Amino acid sequence: MLKKNIYDIYRAHQNQLLDGFPEHVKQLKKTAFDAFQKNGFPHNRLEKWRHTDLSKVLDHDFECYFEPEKKHIDIEKIFQCELPEMDTYTVIQYNGWFLSRYSDLSKLDNGVIIGSLNQAFKDYPDIVQAHFGKYTDINSSAMQALNTAFAQDGIFIYVPDNVVVEKPIQIINILDAPHNAFVQPRNLFVVGDNSALTLVHCDHSLEHKLSLINSLSEIYIGENSFVDHYKMQNKDADSTLLTTINAHVEAASTIAANALILNGGIIRNNINVKLNGPQAKADLKGLYLVDKHQHVDNQIFIHHAVPQCLSNQLYKGIIDDQAGAVFNGRILVDKDAQQTNAFQTNKNILLTDEANAYSQPQLEIYADDVKCSHGSTVGQLDPDAMFYLRSRGICEHSARMLLMYAFASEVVQTIAIDALKERLDNMVTKRLKGELSICDQCMLHCSEKAPDFLRMDIKPLV
Amino acid sequence: MQDQTDKILTDVTQNEYKYGFVTNVDTDTIPKGLTEETIRIISAKKKEPDFMLEFRLKAFRHWQTMEEPDWAHLNYPLIDYQDIIYYAAPKKKKQFESLDEVDPELLETFEKLGIPLDEQKMLTGVAVDAVMDSVSVATTFKSTLAEKGIIFCSFSEAVKEYPDLIKKHLGTVVPYTDNYFAALNAAVFSDGSFCYIPKGVKCPIELSTYFRINAANTGQFERTLIVAEEGSYVSYMEGCTAPQRDENQLHAAVVEIIAHDNAEVKYSTVQNWYPGGKDGKGGIYNFVTKRGLCKGFRSKISWTQVETGSAITWKYPSCVLIGEESIGEFYSVAVTNNHQQADTGSKMIHIGKKTKSTIISKGISAGKSQNSYRGLVKMTKRALDARNFTQCDSLLLGDKCGAHTFPYIDVHNKSSVVEHEATTSKISEDQLFYCNQRGIDTEKAIALIVNGYAKEVLNKLPMEFAVEAQKLLSISLENSVG
Repeated sequence: MLKKNIYDIYRAHQNQLLDGFPEHVKQLKKTAFDAFQKNGFPHNRLEKWRHTDLSKVLDHDFECYFEPEKKHIDIEKIFQCELPEMDTYTVIQYNGWFLSRYSDLSKLDNGVIIGSLNQAFKDYPDIVQAHFGKYTDINSSAMQALNTAFAQDGIFIYVPDNVVVEKPIQIINILDAPHNAFVQPRNLFVVGDNSALTLVHCDHSLEHKLSLINSLSEIYIGENSFVDHYKMQNKDADSTLLTTINAHVEAASTIAANALILNGGIIRNNINVKLNGPQAKADLKGLYLVDKHQHVDNQIFIHHAVPQCLSNQLYKGIIDDQAGAVFNGRILVDKDAQQTNAFQTNKNILLTDEANAYSQPQLEIYADDVKCSHGSTVGQLDPDAMFYLRSRGICEHSARMLLMYAFASEVVQTIAIDALKERLDNMVTKRLKGELSICDQCMLHCSEKAPDFLRMDIKPLV
Repeated sequence: MQDQTDKILTDVTQNEYKYGFVTNVDTDTIPKGLTEETIRIISAKKKEPDFMLEFRLKAFRHWQTMEEPDWAHLNYPLIDYQDIIYYAAPKKKKQFESLDEVDPELLETFEKLGIPLDEQKMLTGVAVDAVMDSVSVATTFKSTLAEKGIIFCSFSEAVKEYPDLIKKHLGTVVPYTDNYFAALNAAVFSDGSFCYIPKGVKCPIELSTYFRINAANTGQFERTLIVAEEGSYVSYMEGCTAPQRDENQLHAAVVEIIAHDNAEVKYSTVQNWYPGGKDGKGGIYNFVTKRGLCKGFRSKISWTQVETGSAITWKYPSCVLIGEESIGEFYSVAVTNNHQQADTGSKMIHIGKKTKSTIISKGISAGKSQNSYRGLVKMTKRALDARNFTQCDSLLLGDKCGAHTFPYIDVHNKSSVVEHEATTSKISEDQLFYCNQRGIDTEKAIALIVNGYAKEVLNKLPMEFAVEAQKLLSISLENSVG
């Protein structure tokens, strides 16, 4: 039982977990574990976890991976993933560890650094230490504390000032374990002033074993920059995916975070954004299409710490069978954060009587010169629209498909990368028809042969 | 302009509580503290039958196992429950037939509050069951009501005269296990009102109770029970003011409403208890559990509240919609000023088919106050074709106050529709400019805008109350124009 074993696992591997990190990080990791130990794994009696039950998952045994896989992995043989039309830099994370055939950390011509966080601690201590753990409050969340205590590696991306990374960087997180795997990747993305970065993040497992992923990404965005983050979640029913993104946004910068959840066992996405400079902007969108016994939980927290910031949330979901969906969006406007605009929308469609939807859009406002609003609906497809389509000879099934597609496309259509939009559009259509299988992991066709130009490593920027 | 606005807001904060006076009526109190013994004394003093004592003791034992909730967005020092006097009754406990027999000083108090009993009796046709601290001292229009078979009396009287009705309904809507404050209330409740409307009777007048917390250091633990039988209708009004005191006074009331087939109950509250001084000292702690049970087919319960008082408000009038096609409504205006904190809202639990509910909540916060809306709309699996609409708006006056919205929406079936919308903003410069341009000074303009903002709820109040509520709103915002 992971619930009980976690303490033994930690003690047994404590040296390994701390090995190679600078003194203050070691201290941070120890403090983080103490913070975790105080309350243990989250349970249903906690307000934030009322509707998401991890207890069944935690009753199983899991294996952790404290070292990168030594054996040679021919990743191209075991895994074929590429979005043919989409030109990306691909970065592979294998059981939580950065995987590369060449080097652990590459510096591109334009100064962009991509690679292993573990290695970055050694090669670029200044950058890493300025940001690592700075945007994570280990006392507020047990899972974030646990990640901090256990994290050994993950992806590190550094974009210096005045650099626009033209191609999206695609991070593929592969789980390939003969046993139930528990991995806790820790990513750090640092974007300087006047820069731009697009990230596409997806998870994939090769063996259909139980898996528990507790990932944490910290994103720092300097002034006048732009980060576009896409998270694709199309996993098997045996997976539990807990992801946290802690973003710190400086003046006049924008973070756009999009979560597209198509399949999964238990999925919980925490997105915490701190808008820390005037005219910073957060644009968060989410689409979840869940059925069977799937459960998806979106926890959004936007902190307006300074005046004149803008935040926008749009989360839409279709819930079928016995699936459940939770939305908890909280907007906090600090006392002096005047001229704040913050908007929040959550719309749910329930297709069966067994499906559940829980929505908690929250506003916490301490400034007066603000415009804040939220709206939340739970309902069905519009009967008038249904009638309109039926009266024009469209069969009920097609009419439903059309309406559901229209509902979902409000989110899909805002995707900025054309190839991705097209692909997702396609996936949503398939998903609504119930044809989307796990084989369609991460926007890829497992059945299709991988194109020749597939590269698992970073291609140098031109 | 900004300075003027600031000045106005400061002035508002400095408004003295107009109802701060103490009536020197001898009160019969028992020593501070809460033990089983206290409960036995209360029960004995009230000459209650055994089943009541049983009920109280069970509640007390349960209360001892509970912990005070801390999830609300409120911040107050810990309450020492052993430092409270749990029973106070005016010594003259004689029942009065007419107003002449009532202690003139008491009557004067009501006069100051603007509730002249006699005048109301004659002019407004309102029956007033005035609760002075804990024991009813005057009841009017009893005979009129008796003719119709309506029972409207104090709780202690009902316990003696109609034990069967009490036994049948007490604790069925709010069981003593419900929450910390409900358990406390069940253990020590001193008095309250009981109202029973028989089958098919439409109550011809608005029933009304005025509460006053009078003796210093006394918690007021009211318990109200309203039972509306098939096809009946009643409109019930509750209004409160409390004298100015420096110690915080605890008020933990319970209101239970049961509506049978086709019955309708309208419950209106104007709450104007002492909100504490401008430095945040004193004021009432108001922890209230109000719940209505729409038991029958097409039954309807409607809550309307105007909350301007209390230092701490913890109050969520709710409806449990069991009967098919039953309706729950909640209309609220909550004004907080100075250091007041309010965490209030509504719960709508839909169980029956085709049930409907509406929540309209208007929060206004000024000074350094915190005003939160917290609500739950739950559609259970059986609540097919149920419908909810929720709207909660917050208006901020001044940059030191806070307005928060914490709605919970749980839906468990596919045919229900739930809509929630909320906005938070301040009075826009445009609106003020428009008014100024037409020669309306800023103070009047703010009053106008706030009144318009709250109109949707104020319109739901019975006439008599609407007038008082509007007065209260303007008092709260007096001198707030710049």
